[in-house]
Amino acid sequence: MSVLVDRNSRVVIQGITGREGSFHTAQMRAFGTNIVAGVSPGKGGGDQDGVPIFDTVADAVAASGADVSGIFVPPAFAADAIMESAASGIELTVCITELIPVHDMIRAREFVIRTGHQLLGANCPGIVTPGQCKVGIIPNHINTPGPVGIVGRSGTLTYEVIQGLGQAGMGQSTSVGIGGDPVMGLSFPDVLQRFADDPETRAVVLIGEIGGSDEETAAAWVRDTGFDKPVIAFISGRTAPPGKRMGHAGAIISGNTGSAQSKLDALSAVGAEIADTIEDVVRLTAARLGTHSR
Amino acid sequence: MKLLEYQAKQRFAAAGISVPPGRLARTPEEAVAAALELGRIAVKAQVPIGGRGKAGGIAVVDTPEEARREAARILAMDIRGYPVRSVWCETGLSIDAELYLGITLDRDRRRLVIIFSAAGGMEIEQVAVEAPERIAKLWPDPFAGPQPYEIRQLAFAGLAHAPELRDRVPKLVSALVMLTTRLHEVATSLDAVTCEINPLVLTSDGMLVAADGKLEIDENADYRHKDVAEELARDETGDDGRSGDDPFEVEARKRGLTYVHLDGDIGCIGNGAGLTMNTLDLVKQHGGEPADFLDIGGGANAERVRNALEMVLLDPKVRGVFINIFGGITRGDEVARGIIAARDQLHITKPLVVRMTGTMEEEGRQLLQAAGIVPAKDATEAAERIVQLTAVGRT
Repeated sequence: MSVLVDRNSRVVIQGITGREGSFHTAQMRAFGTNIVAGVSPGKGGGDQDGVPIFDTVADAVAASGADVSGIFVPPAFAADAIMESAASGIELTVCITELIPVHDMIRAREFVIRTGHQLLGANCPGIVTPGQCKVGIIPNHINTPGPVGIVGRSGTLTYEVIQGLGQAGMGQSTSVGIGGDPVMGLSFPDVLQRFADDPETRAVVLIGEIGGSDEETAAAWVRDTGFDKPVIAFISGRTAPPGKRMGHAGAIISGNTGSAQSKLDALSAVGAEIADTIEDVVRLTAARLGTHSR
Repeated sequence: MKLLEYQAKQRFAAAGISVPPGRLARTPEEAVAAALELGRIAVKAQVPIGGRGKAGGIAVVDTPEEARREAARILAMDIRGYPVRSVWCETGLSIDAELYLGITLDRDRRRLVIIFSAAGGMEIEQVAVEAPERIAKLWPDPFAGPQPYEIRQLAFAGLAHAPELRDRVPKLVSALVMLTTRLHEVATSLDAVTCEINPLVLTSDGMLVAADGKLEIDENADYRHKDVAEELARDETGDDGRSGDDPFEVEARKRGLTYVHLDGDIGCIGNGAGLTMNTLDLVKQHGGEPADFLDIGGGANAERVRNALEMVLLDPKVRGVFINIFGGITRGDEVARGIIAARDQLHITKPLVVRMTGTMEEEGRQLLQAAGIVPAKDATEAAERIVQLTAVGRT
C-alpha cells in the first residue's frame, strides 16, 4: 500500500524538454514510473525519448489519461503551470521548482484547492512509493518498500532518512517531500491523514525545520485526531539564529515563531519520539517497529 | 529588497495614498533648504531597518538652523551597522491619532493578511501581545482582493476599542476602504512581503496620512522588479538597501552562494537547506561553534564546491571546514574534485573534514584519500573530528 501515488499513477511531466525535466524524466522512468506524456508549449507532436509531447496539459490528459503531474518549469512560469495542471483535471500536481514568488504561490495554491485537486510543493523533492512510482528528484537507489511513512520539508534530509532506514532494513510505504516554502500545497496534517488511512504504514517519520508553525500544527493534529501510529520527529536548525533565512524561503525564525525548541516541545507533548540525529531516527524507528537494526 | 522610507512613500503616493510633503537631503545644507521650503519638519534617517527613532535617528526641528544641526548629527550616525547616507525631511503633521495599517504574509493561513489597529505608532507585534483585541485582520481572496464590505468590517472591528475616535468612525471607515484598497494594490503589484504604514496619522483636519512607510519585496520576485533594484543601486543613498549588511554575506551574494555568516570558527558546507542546517546542529552538539551556513544546492559541480570553500575561508576566524554531502543529483566525485582543487589552488592548510554518501560515493572517497584527505565514516564522526581538530590552540 501507499499514499498519493502508486503503480497505477499515470504521470505527465510539464517542462519535459528542459535540462532538469529531461534528466529527471529519464531517472523516473528508470525507477519504473509510468510516464505517459510530456508538456512543452510549442513542441507538441514531438517526443522525448519516446514519451509523446503535447502543447498543453489538457491535450496531454485527453490523449494519455494522465492523473499526476510533475512540474520542472522555471520559477517565472511555475505557478501558471500548477494552475494549468489542476484546471486540466490532474488529481495530484507535484511542483519541484524552487524560487517561485510567494504571491504566485498564494494564488496557485488557492486555485488548486478550488478545483478539488491536490498540490504537493513547490520547492520540494517530490514523492516516491518504492517499487511503484516516483515523481520528483529523490535518488532512485535509496528507496525500498516497507512500513515507514516519511514526510519532510527538506529534500536532502529526507534522502538521509530514507537511506538510513534502508540500510537498517526498514523500507517505506511512501516518502513525501512537502517542500521548504512558506506557502505550499499539502502540509503535514494532509499527509499524516493519508498515512493514518494507509494500513501498511506502521510508523511515520516527520522531518521538520525552523520557520513557521507547521510542525506545531502537525502536533495539534496528532492530538486532536488521536493519530495512533508512532511518530518519530526530527527538526533541523536548532542552532540557527533568529531573523536569518537558512537556505529555504520558509526556514526563518521570525519574532516568537519558528524556533526549533517550540516545534520539539509541541511534538514531544503529543507523544512523538524526538530524534537528535539521523542515527537516532533510525534507532527510534526500529524500536517502535519492533525490528532489529542491522 | 527593502525599500527606504522615502522610496516606499513614493510608491504609496503614486497609488493615491496621502504622504506628507518632503525632500531628500544628503547634506545638512539640503536639510536647511528643505526647512526653508517646508517650515517645521521632521528630519528622518533613511536606513532599511526599524528602531531608528529610539536610536536617535529622528528629530523634529522648527528652524533652518536646527535642521542643519540635526541633519549633520544624524548623517554622521551609524544605526545598527547601517551608515546614514541621507535624511528625509518632511512636513510635521498635526496629529489627532496614530493608527496602524499593514499587509504581510500569514504563513498559517497561506494568504496575505491585512492588519488594522487604532493602536498605531508602536510595534504591531507589541500590540498583538499586550492588547490583541485592538488588532483586526482580514485575509483577502487572492484573486478578488479585499472587497469594500470586508474592509468596513476590518475597520469597524479595529476601531471598536478606540472610544476616543467614536465620533469620527463613519468618516474614518469610508476613508479606510479607499486607502486599504490602494495599499493592497501596492503590495500585490510590488510582490511585497511587508507593506506597512505605521503610524497612519489621522490629522486634525480629518485626513489619513502615511507618516512612515515600510516596503519589502519578496526575494523570489526580484526579477519582476528590476526597476526598483536599479533605483536602489543607482541611488547612492539606497546602496541597494544593504549598505550595513555583513560584508561576507554581500560577497557570497556576488558569488551566487546561499550563505549566512555566523559567530563561530568551524566552517560548514552542505547540500540542501535542511542538511546544511543539520550540519550546523551536529557541530554544536559536539561542542563546536559554526562559522557559517553554506548550502551548495543540488547538482553542484567541482567549480561550485571550490567557490564555496574559498568563500567560507574568507572569514579569518575559520579554523577548519566540515563538508557534508548527500549525493543525490550531486555527485561525490565532483565534490571531491572541487575540494582537492580548492585545497591545492588556495593552499589550504586548515583541517578539512568531509562526510560524503550517496551517488558516486566510492569514487569521491578514493579521490579524497589519494589526495590525503581522509573522509569520515558518517556525519557524527565528521562532526567529532572537526571539533577536535579545530580545538587545537583555541582559547
